[in-house]
Amino acid sequence: MSGQRVAVTGVGQTKYQATRGDVSMAGLVREAAVRALADAELDWADIDAVVIGKAPDFFEGVMMPELYLADALGATGKPMLRVHTAGSVGGSTAIVASTLVSSGIHERVLAVCFEKQSESEAMWALSLPIPFTPPMHAGAGGYFAPHIRSYMRRAHAPEHIGILVALKDRQNALKNPYAHLHEHGISYESIEESIMLWDPIRYAETCPSSDGACAVVLSSESVADRAPRPPAWIHATAMRSEPTLSADRDPVLPVASTDCAAALWAEAGITNPREEIDCAEIYVPFSWFEPMWLESLGFAGPGEGWKLTEQGVTALDGDLPVNMSGGVLSSNPIGASGLIRFAEAAQQVRGLAGDHQVEGARKALGHAYGGGSQYFAMWVVGSEKR
Amino acid sequence: MREVAIVSFAQSRHSRAVEDLNEVEMLMPVTRAALDQAGLEIADIGFTCSGSTDYLAGNAFSFVSTLDGVGPWPPIQESHVEMDGAWALYEAWVKLQTGSIDTAFVYSYSKASSGDLPKVLSRQLDPYAVGPLWLDSISIAALAASAALDAGSVTLEAMAEVAARSRRDALANNEYAQLRFDRPADEIMAEDALVGALRRSDCPPISDGAAAIVLAAGDRVRELSEHPVWIRGIDHRIDPMALGVRDLTDVPSARLAADKAGVAAAPVDAWELHAPFTHDELLLRRALAVPDDAVVNRSGGALAANPMLTAGLIRLGEAARQIAAGEAHRTVAHATQGPALQQNLVAVLEGDHS
Repeated sequence: MSGQRVAVTGVGQTKYQATRGDVSMAGLVREAAVRALADAELDWADIDAVVIGKAPDFFEGVMMPELYLADALGATGKPMLRVHTAGSVGGSTAIVASTLVSSGIHERVLAVCFEKQSESEAMWALSLPIPFTPPMHAGAGGYFAPHIRSYMRRAHAPEHIGILVALKDRQNALKNPYAHLHEHGISYESIEESIMLWDPIRYAETCPSSDGACAVVLSSESVADRAPRPPAWIHATAMRSEPTLSADRDPVLPVASTDCAAALWAEAGITNPREEIDCAEIYVPFSWFEPMWLESLGFAGPGEGWKLTEQGVTALDGDLPVNMSGGVLSSNPIGASGLIRFAEAAQQVRGLAGDHQVEGARKALGHAYGGGSQYFAMWVVGSEKR
Repeated sequence: MREVAIVSFAQSRHSRAVEDLNEVEMLMPVTRAALDQAGLEIADIGFTCSGSTDYLAGNAFSFVSTLDGVGPWPPIQESHVEMDGAWALYEAWVKLQTGSIDTAFVYSYSKASSGDLPKVLSRQLDPYAVGPLWLDSISIAALAASAALDAGSVTLEAMAEVAARSRRDALANNEYAQLRFDRPADEIMAEDALVGALRRSDCPPISDGAAAIVLAAGDRVRELSEHPVWIRGIDHRIDPMALGVRDLTDVPSARLAADKAGVAAAPVDAWELHAPFTHDELLLRRALAVPDDAVVNRSGGALAANPMLTAGLIRLGEAARQIAAGEAHRTVAHATQGPALQQNLVAVLEGDHS
């Protein structure tokens, strides 16, 4: 990446669940931050700046909640930034925080993302009437279902691929103590029989609605060299956005996504991501987005993504494990979901992913997207400096 | 630090309610004007960053629509802060420091007219303890003003002078401002109180508006501007929100940001302080050690036009404009957001050395 080297030296997550009624928003973000600081063996006073990200403020009903959360995150007297770039915000937050270090301005930056969906109702927040715009009242699933149908047609994908993704991710989640959904009885049949919400998206192929927070400590090279646990070195970051209303736009295979991936691989010095990336945490809120993003990211050619899923390549013991943590399909505190992808990628190359660790992972992708697939944020982290 | 310059600045004519345009339509002429000043298209820009809040737009992801207005096709490197555009400018400045880009585009906007602004701003408060009381923004300002009056930090007479001077300066110097008139301080002293000690003239107008700035670094600066305005220092800090935790007669985060930005290193020709209420300017003058005879808010400041999440970015633009116009050589711009001057940004701007 441009500028000075940056590494992840601390990661902290809360348990994700439908309702964290035991804590306020301040308690929730502090829980993740305290764990990240403990991992990095740093104290609040060591942190130079705080960057916080979350999805729309209507999700909790608090306007610019970072103002209220400043002291809970130890930001008093420090610089604090609030990032909001739609569903990709978790990734964007990590990238903005990394530039605070790569620019040479700060040595140790705390990036925190959260969503406490139980405070409000995301479906409602996404369906507020906008003047001169026809109301959809469909939430995210209704918006993305036609994109998925289009992908299935264009890729000649068989109907059961989505079920395979959901089964894999929910089974991976059983190995992740922080995951929201721990469905021990889940099976191919139980997913197939679950109610069809937005054809072709079944209930069991949909992300849950979660409360939770994730935090990472980003450190300069000199700090990371002395870190108590292995750092995850950031090899590349990339962000891209494209318009919502453009006749040129293909939401199934967005140019912003392919451009973002191309810039990412170039900066990371990767020419063949399928061979060189050991595992990936990809933003998959609805099962079918796994094969769609595999193609968009360059892991598979057009129409080939679903075959990787079907062949078990993306399984935890496959050649390119995807969403080892259980992914967004198993935990979705929306504003944090991107940062969780980035943090889980870091944990893999640090060798600290626990029961869902991919043996010998040296380079990993963290990926997030948002809006109606106009917003992308990605990073590559590695166990070695680049 | 890499030398970064402001090479263009544009703003809308701020008004109480822009009723015939949506946010995108209100913003587009402003972003176009800022790009035109620099002779750039969006495809020439290395990084774009905007500031706005869904709570004023009244819908989730409102910035997604406004991004369409800048025409991000082919796709662009872009980010957004749910903060005043001054902080979007800071994020862009950081990106320029990494050396990965040479130009950045910053914009912000808001239409407070869509709702009841003082009530909407109460949604910023601690949602468990204070928010349910619907303590509105004018009442919070009145609490701070009372504390400052009780402590002797400000006087009603000095507040009236700030109110009179701001609208008078806007009349003389700023065609974009909303409140432009000459109402003397003694008339303001005769006004009835609105909330607590605050009179209507002590309060900012409610404004709809937009602003945009182009930044450049390296060789691009000279290509884009004959009169670049250099950002010599920029820093921002935050205080806790809870009113009971803070000394409302002081602004420690503003003072700290000014120290870090290097304000005291040389004399300042003019200040643009983002002071929504009259007592805010007096508190900021103390916190930033502004000399009594200093030129403050020649533009009229936020008391003459206060588009939320944009008035801070406008301070940077106005402080730069004075340098570009040859009215000043070294200026200080300040931005604030949050209840009672909670979060503050300070930038030191300079023209070329002659």
